[in-house]
Amino acid sequence: MIVDLTDTTAAAIAAALVKARHAAGVPAMGMVMTLAIVASEAEHYDALRAAQDAAREHPSRILVTILRPGRMAPRLDAEVRFLGDSGPGETVVMRLHGELAEHAQSVLVPLLLPDAPVLVWWPGASPEVPTVDRVGALAQRRVTDAAAATDPLAELARRATGHADGDTDLAWSRITGWRTLLAAALDQPFSPPTGGRVGCEPGSPSAELLARWLQVRLGVAVARVDTDGPGITDVVLHTPDGDITVSRPDGRVAHLQRPGEPERQVALRQRETAEIIAEEMRRLDPDEVYGEVLTSAPAAAP
Amino acid sequence: MTTNPLRDPRDRRLPRVAGPCGMVIFGVTGDLSRKKLMPAIYDLANRGLLPPGFALVGFARRDWADQDFMQVVHDSVKEHARTPFREDVWNQLCEGLRFVPGEFGDDQAFATLRATIAELDRTRGTGGNHAFYLSVPPKFFPDVIRQLKESGLADGPEDAWRRVVVEKPFGHDLASAQELNTVIGEVFPSGSVFRIDHYLGKETVQNILALRFANELFEPVWNANYVDHVQITMAEDVGIGGRAGYYDGIGAARDVIQNHLLQLLALTAMEEPVSFAASSVRVEKEKVLSAVRLPDDLAAHSARGQYASGWQGGVPVDGYLQEEGIPPDSTTETYAALRLDIDTRRWAGVPFYLRTGKRLGRRVTEVAVVFKRAPHLPFETTATEELGQNALVVRVQPDEGLSLRFGSKVPGTAMEVRDVTMDFAYGDTFVEASPEAYERLILDVLIGEAPLFPRHEEVELSWGILDPVEAFWAGQGQPQAYSAGMWGPPSADEMLARDGRQWRRP
Repeated sequence: MIVDLTDTTAAAIAAALVKARHAAGVPAMGMVMTLAIVASEAEHYDALRAAQDAAREHPSRILVTILRPGRMAPRLDAEVRFLGDSGPGETVVMRLHGELAEHAQSVLVPLLLPDAPVLVWWPGASPEVPTVDRVGALAQRRVTDAAAATDPLAELARRATGHADGDTDLAWSRITGWRTLLAAALDQPFSPPTGGRVGCEPGSPSAELLARWLQVRLGVAVARVDTDGPGITDVVLHTPDGDITVSRPDGRVAHLQRPGEPERQVALRQRETAEIIAEEMRRLDPDEVYGEVLTSAPAAAP
Repeated sequence: MTTNPLRDPRDRRLPRVAGPCGMVIFGVTGDLSRKKLMPAIYDLANRGLLPPGFALVGFARRDWADQDFMQVVHDSVKEHARTPFREDVWNQLCEGLRFVPGEFGDDQAFATLRATIAELDRTRGTGGNHAFYLSVPPKFFPDVIRQLKESGLADGPEDAWRRVVVEKPFGHDLASAQELNTVIGEVFPSGSVFRIDHYLGKETVQNILALRFANELFEPVWNANYVDHVQITMAEDVGIGGRAGYYDGIGAARDVIQNHLLQLLALTAMEEPVSFAASSVRVEKEKVLSAVRLPDDLAAHSARGQYASGWQGGVPVDGYLQEEGIPPDSTTETYAALRLDIDTRRWAGVPFYLRTGKRLGRRVTEVAVVFKRAPHLPFETTATEELGQNALVVRVQPDEGLSLRFGSKVPGTAMEVRDVTMDFAYGDTFVEASPEAYERLILDVLIGEAPLFPRHEEVELSWGILDPVEAFWAGQGQPQAYSAGMWGPPSADEMLARDGRQWRRP
């Protein structure tokens, strides 16, 4: 069921949601959080698809806020989609025209689920300091994406300056698979690494964070080295017994090599946005490890 | 060994991943293995929770090569896996698949198995860590365990582990359970024995502990001051199907009450453990099981039945005695109900009613905590005629969730109170497809975490509760017949009526 509301108000949207829910015969709300997506017209479609996939794991009220600032008169248009069309949960796509674009929080506040946590996601351009952003201030969790910026590494520096508890970045979530595998590789006895490197496409913020994470945790210099990709291609840790190597030349299958042991393979795909957003929605408490890694020293020079 | 610098308890994005290891499944051609184990292993691999180089060895009495086995695993994964089929993951898993043909009495086959495992340690880096999953009828346990010992498979190299996984039934009475424990205990230390009761891997069952001990709301009323009684039900709509050989002579109580229902009782009734470490939880479960008291008059407080032919859900079905492979004079019960009391301060005077049966109204498992009536109702009696007792129902399966029943005013000018239900459904609020119980349990075996596996003390305590009942029933002749598709024999209703109560319709 889709309801179109033009030149409307947040109260009318809220009423439409209640009405649609009763019409579908499910008056109870099982939704666990509100996911606000602040995006441009061009970004919103992919972001919404990913969010709806993620909502299968975390039923949510998804509020897509498309900002259309300009000289036209302030106006709110909304499209309310309910259950079935969009998976579990509810979706509202809103376009905020004119001066209203600067006051998005006024539209969002009445639509947030009672008590449930709020996650804000900027799939494209993100505010200078997410916590002081008017929409960001409503949320427990603020998710940015450094990879969407024109200069991702500069973006990371900006994120580090304005970092607050509750901020995370998709560049960090994208490397959970790598971090899991590397942690598993060191679950067996090993000699302390003396250094290492991360090979990746030039300018990858994920590789930069991975290198910093290794530096912070291992206390040795880890360099970021440019390769042809795709994404991150290999991680090497130098130890007195030889190198511990994880390489993934094709973006699909990783090869783990530890000194004196047979090579082992493990599937390590580049994950889709929906999976990464679902991971963000899984825990809403501050990611302290991310904060430490983000604000630590940059990767060593190659 | 130094701690892993990449692990940080605050870093909760990193999942628990098993270390290098492999698994050997005996009886790999069976239903359980094809429908549950192999798909669960694939799902684990797909979620990135299996170690690189994981190896899976199948052992069965088939003249197969590795390729044939791969085909079987492939088919079962395609058909039954929960997560989407991915070629990369499959290829990774495939490289570690091996098949060893042989009988359990065949020394040569076990020598081959030993060589296969050694080869895997060399080429796949499984590091000598292997779990042996006995997906075989219990009568073969002693053979397999003995062979594992004699072929030197039970002891790995130093710093490596060997674990053994057994499925229920863990014996058919106290003596046989002890015997089984002795057989396994001679070869594997108790920390390496994992008894799978797949119910304990279910999210809703684990949620009983979260519900009770993570909330302030429920614990204050979770006692004899407020609870009138507890009903634990596991109903199946199917008959015995192809399990005649196993089922006849065992019956509903041994098949279900001894393990699933007593475990549910333990989780519902136990005191708060000091921590969620395996040992602390077990201590509390064992405590409460040891406080369980059977009624003095078993005739009045137990019931058993046997389904007769009839109509179920619009389909005509055979009675138990007409099922293929069942002797026409079988006295095996297909329905069992039992009152238990728990001699603790918390539960004094609160009966726990357990019931299970086949060919009942519908498939449902639930724990219903039924509360006392309000001591005084300041309404006209007519106003509360439709008001029942408040109840908190944990729906274990299907439609996992929680319901809370309480009275509410019916809209209108008159004061009238009627029961309403407040509902929480897992499927609506959490993952659409939550992990299968077997995924969780297999991962726990590989990681070596034991809180969800019953220890032999619990198994023996449960048999200790059930044995006197079985002995009493053995002298009672034919169980009472009940019509298929309904809710059990009349004697079960009478059993509750004697206490002034009635069964919920689940």
